[in-house]
Amino acid sequence: MYAFDVTRPKTVAEAVEALGAEEAQALGGGQTLIPTLKQRLASPSVLVSLASIDEIKGVCADGDTLTIGGGTTHATVAQEAAATYPALAALAANIGDPAVRNRGTIGGSLANNDPSACYPSAALASNATIVTNTREIAADDYFQGLFTTALEPGEIITGVKFPVPQAANYQKFVQPASRFSLVGVFVAKYADGVRVAVTGASEGGVFRWTEAEAALSADFSPAALDGLTASADGLINDLHGDAEYRAHLIKVMTKRAVAAAN
Amino acid sequence: MTKVTIKVNGKPVTAEVEGRTLLVEFLREKSRNTGTHVGCDTSQCGACVVHVNGNAVKSCTMFAIEADGAEVRTVEGMQNADGSLSALQAAFQEHHGLQCGFCTPGMIMSASDLLKNNPKPTEAEIRHHLEGNICRCTGYHNIVKAIMAASGQDVSNIAAE
Repeated sequence: MYAFDVTRPKTVAEAVEALGAEEAQALGGGQTLIPTLKQRLASPSVLVSLASIDEIKGVCADGDTLTIGGGTTHATVAQEAAATYPALAALAANIGDPAVRNRGTIGGSLANNDPSACYPSAALASNATIVTNTREIAADDYFQGLFTTALEPGEIITGVKFPVPQAANYQKFVQPASRFSLVGVFVAKYADGVRVAVTGASEGGVFRWTEAEAALSADFSPAALDGLTASADGLINDLHGDAEYRAHLIKVMTKRAVAAAN
Repeated sequence: MTKVTIKVNGKPVTAEVEGRTLLVEFLREKSRNTGTHVGCDTSQCGACVVHVNGNAVKSCTMFAIEADGAEVRTVEGMQNADGSLSALQAAFQEHHGLQCGFCTPGMIMSASDLLKNNPKPTEAEIRHHLEGNICRCTGYHNIVKAIMAASGQDVSNIAAE
């Protein structure tokens, strides 16, 4: 790693101020960023650790909305969201491994927007709202491609608001070596329709499979997808699986998610 | 350089560290707890797992500064008060849950993290919990068996493989 300083602000206001420094970068749980630093793929002058900011931690259910602080670890979400939004808790319970889940945070995952990360699919399928220190961003506007989001430099995810669905499920087909999703599909059913978000598959990062959404909104059953084929255009083609294989998996995992949600 | 104090196995250790100093480097080089191993250094293998404020973490993927003021437990802090092996450690020995021993500190720390929250885990739960701990010698069977035995479950019908 190149040399850098680490600061540990206690409040969002202090963190925002620290991020104003030249080449400053936010540090969530570090489970992606620290390996990246070890490879010298990033060279910040100062890392602003968000791990000591209590005001952005915690899980809170209020009516039909589940709000999760941006600094909340996957382990905490797995435990504390289980009663309100079990599909989301199950997703969190299967990210990485137990030690990773004790450090990694939802805000860090969404800010990084890895094309194979689990959380972006939940946020997009749930039509979640990403709350930052300056504004609220709808998930449809937030995800803007590979490792790209609507966040401005120095902007911090303070929370994520999830509308709680009537039924939901996440199915992950893991790449056997890395355990990241080769294809992951999150299906969420609301009173006004079904949303389907796909991670791991596309060169553009997480996306919605709108044809499946329309079919499932009319008939929320695996059979409703029988006549559909996910397009292989723009899907990742690599040694772990070609685009056609990933397209095939999208339909398989969507069906499994619907079957499990019912 | 920043001065940090970390309580390691109950004993406060103070040292000057750089921002980029990893917790595992602090443990091995400052507090001299070399039972915590660096295997892959990419947060895959789990040889460096320790408990920070009671939670299992990979100490190669956390900065020492982030642990300033925290309580850290390493494999050196796992024995009984009289210095004898804990039930979990004794079970690893009894059931041949190690060969070369390199991954063992991480296995012990991850397994004790599991047993804290799940005192009688199933074989499947143990294997799921050890997903972030890699062993290249044993094939895992005897590690799983040792953890089941340490949790008081009958392992007489589980064949050694």
